[in-house]
Amino acid sequence: MNLPSRLLQLLMVVLMVGGTSYLMMQSLPGDAAWRIAAGRYGYDALDAAAAASVRAELGLEAQGGLHFLYWLGDILRLELGTSLISGESVWVEIRHQLGNSLSLAGAALGISLLIGPPLGLLAGLRAGGWLDRSLLAVCSLLRATPQFLLALVLILLISVEMGLLPAAGHGEPQHFILPAMTLALGLAAVSARLARDAMAAVTQTAFHDFARWKGLSNAQTFWRHGLRHVALPLVTYLGLQFVTLVEGVVVIESIFGWPGIGHALVHAIFSRDVPMVQGTALVLGVGFVVINLLVDLLGRQLDPRGVK
Amino acid sequence: MAEQITCWLGMTLMVLGLGMPQAVKASAQSSGDEQATSRRLEIVAPFDIKGADPLLSGILFQRMQVVETLVEVDATGELQPGLATVWKVSDDGLEWRFTLRSGVQFHDGSRLDAEVARQSLEIARAKPGILKSVPIERIVAADDHTLVIALSEPFAALPAYLADYRQQILAPASFDESGTAQQVIGTGPYRMLRMTPPLSLEVTAFEDYWGEQPEVRQARYQAVSRAEGRALIAESGDADFTYGLDPASRQRLSKSPRVTLAAAATPRTMLLKVNANHPAFQDPDVRRALSLAIDRTAIAQVVLRYPRGASQLFPPMVEGWHDPALPELHQDVFEARALLDAAGWTVGEDGVRQKDGQRLAISLITFSDRPELPLVATVLERQFHAIGIQTRLDITNFSAIPAGHHDGSLDMALFARNLAMVPDPIGNVLSDYAGTPEAPGGDWGAMGWFDADFTAELERMAREGYEPTPEGQDPRAQASGVIQQALPVIPIAWYYQNLAISHRLQRAQVDPWERSFGLSELRWAP
Repeated sequence: MNLPSRLLQLLMVVLMVGGTSYLMMQSLPGDAAWRIAAGRYGYDALDAAAAASVRAELGLEAQGGLHFLYWLGDILRLELGTSLISGESVWVEIRHQLGNSLSLAGAALGISLLIGPPLGLLAGLRAGGWLDRSLLAVCSLLRATPQFLLALVLILLISVEMGLLPAAGHGEPQHFILPAMTLALGLAAVSARLARDAMAAVTQTAFHDFARWKGLSNAQTFWRHGLRHVALPLVTYLGLQFVTLVEGVVVIESIFGWPGIGHALVHAIFSRDVPMVQGTALVLGVGFVVINLLVDLLGRQLDPRGVK
Repeated sequence: MAEQITCWLGMTLMVLGLGMPQAVKASAQSSGDEQATSRRLEIVAPFDIKGADPLLSGILFQRMQVVETLVEVDATGELQPGLATVWKVSDDGLEWRFTLRSGVQFHDGSRLDAEVARQSLEIARAKPGILKSVPIERIVAADDHTLVIALSEPFAALPAYLADYRQQILAPASFDESGTAQQVIGTGPYRMLRMTPPLSLEVTAFEDYWGEQPEVRQARYQAVSRAEGRALIAESGDADFTYGLDPASRQRLSKSPRVTLAAAATPRTMLLKVNANHPAFQDPDVRRALSLAIDRTAIAQVVLRYPRGASQLFPPMVEGWHDPALPELHQDVFEARALLDAAGWTVGEDGVRQKDGQRLAISLITFSDRPELPLVATVLERQFHAIGIQTRLDITNFSAIPAGHHDGSLDMALFARNLAMVPDPIGNVLSDYAGTPEAPGGDWGAMGWFDADFTAELERMAREGYEPTPEGQDPRAQASGVIQQALPVIPIAWYYQNLAISHRLQRAQVDPWERSFGLSELRWAP
């Protein structure tokens, strides 16, 4: 886990994500000039003249991977180009939208940590007990419910019926709660099960029994010998949850009208905004690498065995 | 140990349980304070904000009354003074003089004069848009208040073209060197407070507006792309104005105690574009058979929940172009079959008609940006099946329709066409149904259908206006009759704008021309 190899990994991710998203965008059916003009002007104002002006402006005739080379050159200068639709710099757009998505994802992760692991630990301590069994049922139900449906149920219950929170929107603190809860319930369902299994496994071990024999209380045993063992798989899983979050954020953002990166990516794909798709995919790809790195570092802190 | 975890859990629940109502209370408090000083109007609609340039999101800035045009339109479609108070055309029809309103300020404090208006229009003219089809020779600022537009040939509809959102008058400071607007500095009763593309913008009343000051001082626009999402926002009472409601949501919202539903006919028609170059559709009788197969009433009432379908291309609100005397489009499956039989398309063994070994199997393109279109397309598929035509649905990006028009690959397409982008529909009719023998029709209109006399007559109307014919007929109604007879496109339904208005508001009106949300006219309910 040395730094040069990680940097190499990062470079590979940049090249592969950029290249793959470029190739995928190029292989989509339909004429890019028409799609871009459609994204810019909408169906009422789209016509051949608009498509022709887009074609001329962007030099779409020059194909054959030339654009990809330009893009690579830009990357070396830490440039992501400008959006073909809004004309805004891709960096500016991503910073704005990724910021919104990260704050939503962070809130979701926070809430899920408050709900999932504590419930899981409690269930794991009394494996097979009533809490364990009902938690299994609730977790399975939550995990099996598409987030789209869960979001609608929450909106109907909390916004429409009870009138407690805004149904959708962005800008005020209370707009966070429903989308973050929707994401968090799905995440908590899994982290609760994971914590439960890890806890149940720890209680079966010899060192756990030994700790009890030597006279430590339940709480002391948990804090000194249990928590660290449970934390290791949980932290690893949190890294993986980033994937689930990104996937969930795309759906959640469109339901709650949240101006995040998922929303931006979907729109960019529809309207062939290649620099925007490449930039977004790139930032997400680099995000995965960085998060995995952090998870590895944290794992090493939690479990120092084997370090020379 | 269990106690500690229980404690942890308890705290969690407390945070969740207590935190939420507190957040709600805090927000109620702040909105209470806000109401004391100025309440903010919340508008929710499906249109994303793409950028400051008029070409990208100009229609939204016009609807939010941030920008204005030289010419405005009232609810009946009559042209009204805007930033220009009067306009006159020379006797030869070649020179239009617009007198500008005096004392108009832009939101940055700069003053509107003829030179500024000229620059703004020149920038608009250099971009793709309808102004390109107007025979403008030059635009001149004759003096401070007089803008002269010189034409190479007469064009009677020019003032209507200047009412289009792309011709909005922006302050010079709005544009960068390339002529792309980077800021929206208009003259409207509201100025932009902040714009955060793609989903929201906020406006506040402009103190130095030339007209009356509006009662609603603050407004926020939010784009919510999903129709279900918009309906839920309306139902929960978070929005004062919610645009673009789908039929199912409308039914549910009609029972809501928080909102009133409003609807207004708009000059938008759902059309089936038919490729008249297709071996089958070259024959007008086959196009007529398609039209006769369609049960418009059922589509309107069951799918769209409108009272009735389209009986001709233009809805009744488009006066002049709508001809009440025109025989209505209707369903008659027996006649449709008889027409196809007579045209030589006989039913084959598989139930699909064929002629000279070719099956009558066609593709139908539509798109889902308007959620009702795919639904109607599936109904059409069944109704065409009933007369022996096999239809393959292709739900794709809407750009496939004009692209298919140009490469000739399109068979049929279903879409919703705004027939009065320019308040005078002549602009749309010209671009959709005239063209040249080599390139007949237009991207969102006829395909492969050309009528030289009809085109000449449209061009004459554009030049000279709509004086009744010697027989006392309105030439616009006659043009509609030609389209009805030849059916280069098959009208299905006339659109309504549907919105939910909260009970916090009074005097809410729906602008049928889709130009304004009417913010400045609104009053808060006592």
